[in-house]
Amino acid sequence: MNKSFLEVDGLSKVYPDGQGGDLTVFEDIRFALEKGEFVCIIGHSGCGKSTILNVLAGLDEASSGNVVMNGKEVKGPGLERGVVFQNYSLLPWKTTLNNIVFAVRARWPKWSKEQVREHSERYLSMVGLDHALNRKPSQLSGGMRQRVSIARAFATQPELLLLDEPFGALDALTRGVIQDELVKIWEETRQTVFMITHDVDEAILLSDRIFLMSNGPNARIAESVKVDIPHPRARATIFQNPAYHKTRDYLVDFLVNRSGSALPEKDGSPKFVEPARGDATAASAATESEAESAARAVNA
Amino acid sequence: MASLNVRAALLSVSFLILALGIWEMATQPPEAQTGMTEYEMLMGGADQESRVPPPSAVIKLAWAELSDPFYDAGANDKGIGIQLGYSVYRVLTGYLAAMAIALPIGFLIGMSPLMYKALNPYIQVLRPISPLAWMPLALFIIQDSDASAIFVIFICSIWPMLLNTAFGVANVRQDWVNVARTHELGPLRTAITVILPAAAPTILTGMRISIGIAWLVIVAAEMLVGGTGIGYYVWNEWNNLDLASVIFSIVMIGVVGMVLDLALGKAQKMVEYKE
Repeated sequence: MNKSFLEVDGLSKVYPDGQGGDLTVFEDIRFALEKGEFVCIIGHSGCGKSTILNVLAGLDEASSGNVVMNGKEVKGPGLERGVVFQNYSLLPWKTTLNNIVFAVRARWPKWSKEQVREHSERYLSMVGLDHALNRKPSQLSGGMRQRVSIARAFATQPELLLLDEPFGALDALTRGVIQDELVKIWEETRQTVFMITHDVDEAILLSDRIFLMSNGPNARIAESVKVDIPHPRARATIFQNPAYHKTRDYLVDFLVNRSGSALPEKDGSPKFVEPARGDATAASAATESEAESAARAVNA
Repeated sequence: MASLNVRAALLSVSFLILALGIWEMATQPPEAQTGMTEYEMLMGGADQESRVPPPSAVIKLAWAELSDPFYDAGANDKGIGIQLGYSVYRVLTGYLAAMAIALPIGFLIGMSPLMYKALNPYIQVLRPISPLAWMPLALFIIQDSDASAIFVIFICSIWPMLLNTAFGVANVRQDWVNVARTHELGPLRTAITVILPAAAPTILTGMRISIGIAWLVIVAAEMLVGGTGIGYYVWNEWNNLDLASVIFSIVMIGVVGMVLDLALGKAQKMVEYKE
């Protein structure tokens, strides 16, 4: 067995369905992440993406299977895995700066006050919030709050960053700006990131690979799509790359036409596809107009 | 047009003047229509019927009392300040003791569904008991009237604090608890740095309710145990048929109660946060 940075093996989640039976949300989830990779996971609502992320974070327990990071099994939450929640989860009684200080102090308890403060301010200025250090979260816009949340996660320098649909609650303009910031921070830090999104364009802009999930119940990670676009990327220019459109068409086709029936390889690992290489035959199945309307539906 | 506050203040003052005016008019002794009877002359012209004192008499008394609030002329003649001081001391002692018990137990109940289920039946039975019903038992066991009054304050102020703490702690947003978990905070640090500030507004609400109840109860408790305190003072002045003093002390009870509530209100403002 090769040793990847993160190995997820045979994860499944079963809930009682309320009628005496069981409901398997997802089953036999297998994948591996390499150090420094940015991976997005896309799937329709109800396929259990958030649960998978929470299992990786240690906040939820899978019914079966295990997660191994750096050769150690993941049991419970830990500082080596940072989480950015969709609803920001800032502590509302603390100022912006103190929300970061809270995290930094938990990460490095032996640091001096000045060291903690200097480190926290550096990460806040990375997301352009040097002017809002002493404001409370309630005095910030949604976009600014999510910036604080991202700064908090990056500031603790976790080995794995988990982003649970971080831009889901933001308007399109703000989302674009923060996506660019995330690209910038990621280029600087090269963190390993695992992110949930509903937005195909966002996934292409950010990730090296995109996991596609089939629909629940009994959802699987069916395919792993390589995004063959070189870094650094920018929102304004990425669509000029021919690989962008091929990848996008492929993703939209999967979500619209194939997510109900798609299956992974026989051994349970996701099928690896490279749409930019032209081996994505399925993309031609969807006409351009269908793909466009579907993309809008997915984005909405 | 003057600001809302100024107009409200003007209106308040005019209501007060109006009410005092009506009261003053209603309590004037009737003009003698005819000449005094022989009896009346014997009684020095006194009216047979005793009357509620007019506000002017109460204000005169209040002025005298408040200009020397801490005089002590024996067991039955102490200044209003001393009497209120005794009551406030009892309330605060009982209240702080209740806090020392209610906050930790409230935390425990709020954080552990097991403890909540185990202790809830007792709380539900003990809570509706009138605090004064404990008085005979307290007097018998403690054998000290002062300590018994403090115990009654303790028992009546514990419940709102306990229940509000438990409720506040149990309803801390899971997101914030998750933030503590992903940052590997231990149970104690989670309790102090996340759960306490998150639940503080709810806890302070309980504490504010408690201080209100404690102040209500101390008056009644002191009427029973006697000796000192504002409750005893009211009852003593009633026995002396000094109604002006009774009215004056009623007003003072209201004022002190308001001050206690304002103090807790300030504290509540300090721990409030907006989401």
